[in-house]
Amino acid sequence: MQQSSSVNDFVIRFANVNGTGSASANALFAKAIFRMGIPVTPKNIFPSNIQGLPTWYEVRVSEKGYLGRREGIDFMVCMNPQSMPKDIASVKPGGYFLYDSTKTLHREFIREDIHYIGIPLMAICLREYTDPRQRQLFKNIIYVGALSALLEIEFPVLETLLAEMFQGKEKLIAPNVKALQLGIQYIHENFEYPLDIRLERRDLVGDRILVDGNSACGLGAVYAGATVAAWYPITPSTSVVEAFMEYAEQFRTDPETGKKNFAIVQAEDELAAIGMVIGANWNGARSFTATSGPGVSLMAEFLGLAYFAEIPTVLIDVQRAGPSTGMPTRTQQADIIAAAYASHGDTKHVLLFPSTPKECFDDVVTAFDLAERLQTPVIVMTDLDLGMNDHLTAPFEWDDSRTYDRGKVLHTADLENITKFGRYLEVDGDGITYRTYPGSHPSKGAYVTRGTSHDEYAGYTEDSGTYTRNVDRLLKKWETAKSIVPAPEVRQAATANECGILFFGTSIYSSEEAVDLLAAQDIHLDSLRLRSFPFSESVGQFIADHELIFVIEQNRDAQMRSLLINELGVAPQKMIPVLNYDGTPITADTIVKQIIKNFATV
Amino acid sequence: MTYTRPRFRNPHLPVNKIGYTQKDYEGALSTLCAGCGHDSISGAIVQACYELSIEPHRVAKMSGIGCSSKTPAYFLSNSHGFNSVHGRMPSVATGAYLANRDLVYFGVSGDGDTASIGMGQFVHAIRRNLNMVYVVMNNGCYGLTKGQDSATADAGSKSKSGHTNPFQAIDLAGLALELGASFVARSFSGDKTQLVPLLKAALAHPGFAFIDVISPCVTFNNNPGSTKSYDYVREHIEATATVDFVPIKSEITTQYEAGSTKEIALHDDSLIRLHKIASDWDPQDRHSAMNALHHARSKGEILTGLIYIDESLQNLHEVLNTTTEPLNTLEEKVLCPGSKALATLNAGLR
Repeated sequence: MQQSSSVNDFVIRFANVNGTGSASANALFAKAIFRMGIPVTPKNIFPSNIQGLPTWYEVRVSEKGYLGRREGIDFMVCMNPQSMPKDIASVKPGGYFLYDSTKTLHREFIREDIHYIGIPLMAICLREYTDPRQRQLFKNIIYVGALSALLEIEFPVLETLLAEMFQGKEKLIAPNVKALQLGIQYIHENFEYPLDIRLERRDLVGDRILVDGNSACGLGAVYAGATVAAWYPITPSTSVVEAFMEYAEQFRTDPETGKKNFAIVQAEDELAAIGMVIGANWNGARSFTATSGPGVSLMAEFLGLAYFAEIPTVLIDVQRAGPSTGMPTRTQQADIIAAAYASHGDTKHVLLFPSTPKECFDDVVTAFDLAERLQTPVIVMTDLDLGMNDHLTAPFEWDDSRTYDRGKVLHTADLENITKFGRYLEVDGDGITYRTYPGSHPSKGAYVTRGTSHDEYAGYTEDSGTYTRNVDRLLKKWETAKSIVPAPEVRQAATANECGILFFGTSIYSSEEAVDLLAAQDIHLDSLRLRSFPFSESVGQFIADHELIFVIEQNRDAQMRSLLINELGVAPQKMIPVLNYDGTPITADTIVKQIIKNFATV
Repeated sequence: MTYTRPRFRNPHLPVNKIGYTQKDYEGALSTLCAGCGHDSISGAIVQACYELSIEPHRVAKMSGIGCSSKTPAYFLSNSHGFNSVHGRMPSVATGAYLANRDLVYFGVSGDGDTASIGMGQFVHAIRRNLNMVYVVMNNGCYGLTKGQDSATADAGSKSKSGHTNPFQAIDLAGLALELGASFVARSFSGDKTQLVPLLKAALAHPGFAFIDVISPCVTFNNNPGSTKSYDYVREHIEATATVDFVPIKSEITTQYEAGSTKEIALHDDSLIRLHKIASDWDPQDRHSAMNALHHARSKGEILTGLIYIDESLQNLHEVLNTTTEPLNTLEEKVLCPGSKALATLNAGLR
């Protein structure tokens, strides 16, 4: 039989039934590896369901620090009979299959090329526990114990984590530790350990943290000074506002009065959610909402209003697999075009593409500044993979001298010194005009905000010249945006190259790994990571500087490629799409295969 | 086009308590059809705000889309206005109200904007008890698209083209009452003596104040056979009571027949005085109000006046327990937890 031997380099997958308490046991496993200083990437693969359906948890351990998904399962922990045939088939030759041996495994499940580790988990639980719920919950902890023996997870690390997990419920610590020991004991008595794939303590994590993108977005909104959040629950964005709620309760409740320095409204639908956000921003409060694809579709009309009436708006789009309801619990980057051009008429919106939770935090803060500076919607484009999975990321940072950029606002005193206020009157030559908050001044600064065509003084107009002047000014503002949105990250390969690779968002992990893998095969690529739309000048330059550009994205229609071609006028032939749209995060292997295939045919 | 009114001032015009003339509450010239009921309502709003001595710039005028939603341009030109998208005024008003609890929110909508495309948002604005006035200028038809029936057109009502509406009407006042609105009234654009005090009471009410104002469309729905024409409404109107609004600590000068009045004290010590009340109706009892509405309807009458009021209901800010400072005035030192807190959070994620 094939033997795979590796230290700190493998993929382990847990097959569970949702609603059985496996999530916290699996998280304990991943966190322990993180605490041992080894780079780790856990991913939940779960159904749009609450109880009873298959769910997987996949952990990639990578000494080299690659954090993207990797194909091929080295170790399968099978706790779900329902998905067992597929789970067995997914194990790499030479890999391991851990299962509950309380019942004998049927002959059809036996593969000659993998190792079986049978532990009578249910039997142990029946022997040790009387409460049915405990039997189920501790079964999870027992397999973590077994894994710790097989893979050499340091026991004190697990003990510390349990102590942290059950802070305030200390009496739960001992039974959990006991469950771990039951698993360890069974391995010690029945198997050779450790395995040839195993862990070894390193110091490769540094000061990085393990957190999900949605929490980072929610926290970013608190730091950005958002005071009004309106939302409608939708997977996978729900936990953005839930995180905002939690952090706001913690940091924005007046210690003396108990009053809240924020307001959160669960709206009746996405239409109302974005309407509330626009109303609050119009009235001078920083406000945001979070949604996913179907919500973006519903919000389109309002986004057009905010664009045309020039009202700051912040929207976080945690993308999932479409079209329509699609696969609500699977990831994609498939709202690019819908978000960029949301709404009828000539509209376009500023987009930000964070790649890591740290960037989720930063980009949300930036989004509020940009929205108020540019007086327009800003959409932060994350995805389910980034939003709902923990990622190893740089720690959050905040400069205490930072102030919010509230943009061009005339307050009471400013209005005193003005003879005639024109809400849409261009003064500074950057396409951005001055706004006022309602209630500022008894006789100056009032106007009617409208989605109908308006002149410089916000009066309704159907005059062609005035209309054209206004929409052309919006285009000038769009040009201004290009120089203030986050610039792309460009990396030059060691040698001069004719080919480049372009990626954004969560494709960063696998794209960077692919660049390394390709370099090992003597294919050297310069890379550009997009951070925002509209595209800065350097994006066009990068494309112009290369003969071929591989555009990596996670949708079927190569939407970012279309956007680049449309906005920059580049030749479509030189833009080669490299795609993954099956709902799972893109892998380096996929990218490498598609790029190599292209070199073979060129 | 927006046509601004000439700014001629008669120096001898009377002023209110804060020194404003009624002209200071006017807006741009209306572009609606001559004789439109909506213009009378705009006039009543001007008068109510003037008489209440509300600072015009402290009002935010919110509307959706339609003839009615154009009217905020025609009153209170020193107030910010927001002519939003069709049927979505309640959500924009909700956001604005959350951002600054200190302004007066005056919402104007129409029967299409509220009873059809905006029904969902209307219903939820009531549930949240926003502190706002919500006026529906109700003419039973779509004016801007030339006279199609709206959802408030009565079954059997005939449009100008001779078409008879086959569908049951949605009674917005009844619906608001059913959903727990804290202030429900109905009036007629042609009855300023009733509408102005109702608007004043609505402005003084600390929660969601809904007024359904029947406002005939002179162009498309003022024909014989229409139940929202001037003639029909005048013939079928039935008032709950005559309404007077007595501002805070004003001397009560008018005398009423004993036994025929009911006084309702508002939170700010102003009074609503209702007299010649229908004997079987109590505006502070939802069941009784509902009965009165049904009863009038079964007789083919349009019940007007203050139908229901409940001042005890918590408004949205009270429910959310938000700070008394307007949220839009809070600054970094209150809003941003700073780097120290972030360091602690980072430590918790390792």
